[in-house]
Amino acid sequence: MAAEWYLVLSALLFAVGAVGVLIRRSLIVILLCLELMLNAGNLALVAFSRMLGDQDGQVFALIVMVVAACEVVIGLGLIVALYRRRLPLDVDDLRELRG
Amino acid sequence: MSATSWAWLVLLFPLLGSVVTALGFRLLPGRTAGLVGTVAIALSFACGVALLVNLLGDPAESRHHASSLWDYASAAGLDIKLGIFVDPLSVFMVLVVSGVSTLIHLYSYSYMASDAGYNRFFSYLNFFVFSMLLLVLAGNFVILIVGWAFVGFASYALISFWYSRETATRAGMKAFVINVVGDVGLVLATILIFRELGSFDYGQVFATAPQHFQTNEWTVVAICLLLLVGAFAKSAQLPLHTWLPDAMEGPTPVSALIHAATMVTAGVYLIARTHVLFDLAPTAADIAAFTGLATLLVAGSIALVVTDLKRVIAYSTMSQIGYMVIGVSIGAYSAGLFHLMTHAFFKALLFMAAGSIIAAMANRQDIDRMSGFGRAMPFTAVTLIIGSLALAGFPGTSGFFSKDEILSFASDRGGIYTILAVGGYLGALITAIYSFRLVFRILPGEPCPEARHLIETGHVVHAEPVNPATEEPEDTGIGFPGPEHHIAEQAGGMRIAMSVLAALALVGGVVQIPGVDDVIGKFLEPSFANSPLAAIHPSTSDEWFGLGIGSIVSVSGIFVAYLLYVARPGSTAVLIERLRPLHSFLFNKWYFDEAIDILVVRPVLAVGSFANRTFERLVVDGIVNGTVDLVRGAGGIVRTVQSGFVRSYALLLVSGFAGLALYFLVTSS
Repeated sequence: MAAEWYLVLSALLFAVGAVGVLIRRSLIVILLCLELMLNAGNLALVAFSRMLGDQDGQVFALIVMVVAACEVVIGLGLIVALYRRRLPLDVDDLRELRG
Repeated sequence: MSATSWAWLVLLFPLLGSVVTALGFRLLPGRTAGLVGTVAIALSFACGVALLVNLLGDPAESRHHASSLWDYASAAGLDIKLGIFVDPLSVFMVLVVSGVSTLIHLYSYSYMASDAGYNRFFSYLNFFVFSMLLLVLAGNFVILIVGWAFVGFASYALISFWYSRETATRAGMKAFVINVVGDVGLVLATILIFRELGSFDYGQVFATAPQHFQTNEWTVVAICLLLLVGAFAKSAQLPLHTWLPDAMEGPTPVSALIHAATMVTAGVYLIARTHVLFDLAPTAADIAAFTGLATLLVAGSIALVVTDLKRVIAYSTMSQIGYMVIGVSIGAYSAGLFHLMTHAFFKALLFMAAGSIIAAMANRQDIDRMSGFGRAMPFTAVTLIIGSLALAGFPGTSGFFSKDEILSFASDRGGIYTILAVGGYLGALITAIYSFRLVFRILPGEPCPEARHLIETGHVVHAEPVNPATEEPEDTGIGFPGPEHHIAEQAGGMRIAMSVLAALALVGGVVQIPGVDDVIGKFLEPSFANSPLAAIHPSTSDEWFGLGIGSIVSVSGIFVAYLLYVARPGSTAVLIERLRPLHSFLFNKWYFDEAIDILVVRPVLAVGSFANRTFERLVVDGIVNGTVDLVRGAGGIVRTVQSGFVRSYALLLVSGFAGLALYFLVTSS
């Protein structure tokens, strides 16, 4: 099977994730959409790796997963901290850092 | 060990003493700092003696050594080493400086005992001695400037030692500013020397100067005049002298060490050290000599009317340095330096005696309040009399031989130099009058309350501490005037130091009796052998003739003082009443402070405020404020983007990346 379909799927997943980040207001959903975008990238990496017969892309994908795991830890940690302090989980309400 | 190794050791000990007392100021208990400081300077003096012995082992013509530790600055065409130069002149200065310093440290060990800043005091004092020794041992003009600036700083720090006394901090600033004027002169002279001769090194400069310059060529005259600016500021000669009387705000041992015995003679040393250049510029040398004469007469006349004990001695210091400047400027090098040495002895002694009396007066310095100390403090009285005798040039004392040697040399050169001799003898008469004015007003008579208290109870008076200059009450938290005052009668260290100096002031002149011996002259001869003036020697009979005039002048001066202050008390009041304008002219110190204020300070301030109004407010502030407004405006625009909405940031990010991707797609295809 040609690599194009994998890439198309990857692009679609990425677009879904990006739109999710842009339009949803719940912190948890935004975090999920970020994960979706990262995995779309992973898919593209693995597809290219298969296409070119090179193992480097798969290594990259593994590293991205590690980074994604770290990011989830921090993101969920933030969400738990916000919840404990009884702060809203709506990103439009969390705008203390405006200039 | 070689001579230069001893010289490095001479420098090392005061530096070590300063560092140890400075770093250990919390750790050193009681008077340990004083002990450390005194021993450090004594070791330095011992190394100085070893240096002298070592140097005397060499044949006379090769008694000069240079040594350097490392390169101080090395750049295109510049080669400055951290070097020292050892020759009879520098060894002579090392011995005078470290010897007198040892005694004054010993004195301070007792005198400053109840001062809260005891450790700080000894750290400063050791640093001063290190700087002064660096100044006299320097092997090139750059190290000379370093030492020159260091002693300026040490002087500032010690004048302002009692830093919560406002008059003291002001006096320190004044001394520092005037000294910096002199530093500028010295630096400019050094730059000119480097431009002309291509070197900073003493040996090279003095070897090449006679070939390079014509006599009285304008460059060498300019160099010498700039050197004189430095020398006059440091040595308190007209018109840069006004800082020295104010410097008496410092503790009395400081006045004895820095503002009488050592630092203020640095200018004399500078002229003697650069005598090769002054020989090539006789005009500059004559200017120096006549400035010295003017200073000695002006300062002497002021000393006749000032009533502050320490200021009288300060003006007398200026006046005596005038003699030294005359000496080294007219070619009487060894005589000038001999006077430097004897002056260091008797003037340090006078200041020590004055310090003891001031302590007994609970820190008052006004001689109008003092009387009857002859019975209250016999030891101090004897030292005060010995110091005054030497200062007045009483026959047989050290000051007698040294002063008259300079004046007989001046009259031997004849011509306009005879004026110097005549003026010098007039100055000697004034000196004798004002020095015995002190003696006759302080020692005899009905004891003043403080003296009576001392006689009756055996204890020093404790008064509320006040600033002696302004009579304002002050706090004792910064130390002396602390809870205890120390007088020579009750403190061993002070007594030993004063006894040694009294002996030297009395008999120090025997090393240089005309026709009998010539120790100093012989010793210094190699340093000045290359001067054309070194061949001039007044004949022994001329010198004895000069000594005869000197003794008549001195004795008659003392007699006049006796008439005025003892035989007919109250005659001075009549004189003041009759000569009211003259008295107020002298009492206001010839209005030098006011003249400098009008001629220099006010114009500079006016220029400054004009520049402030126009250039500063319009141009500089315009540029600065314009920049601020620009940044603030740009910031205001950028701020609106920082809305705090995470999703709008994400949109910006995504659209930015999308834009970049599109751009690369378009350009790659």
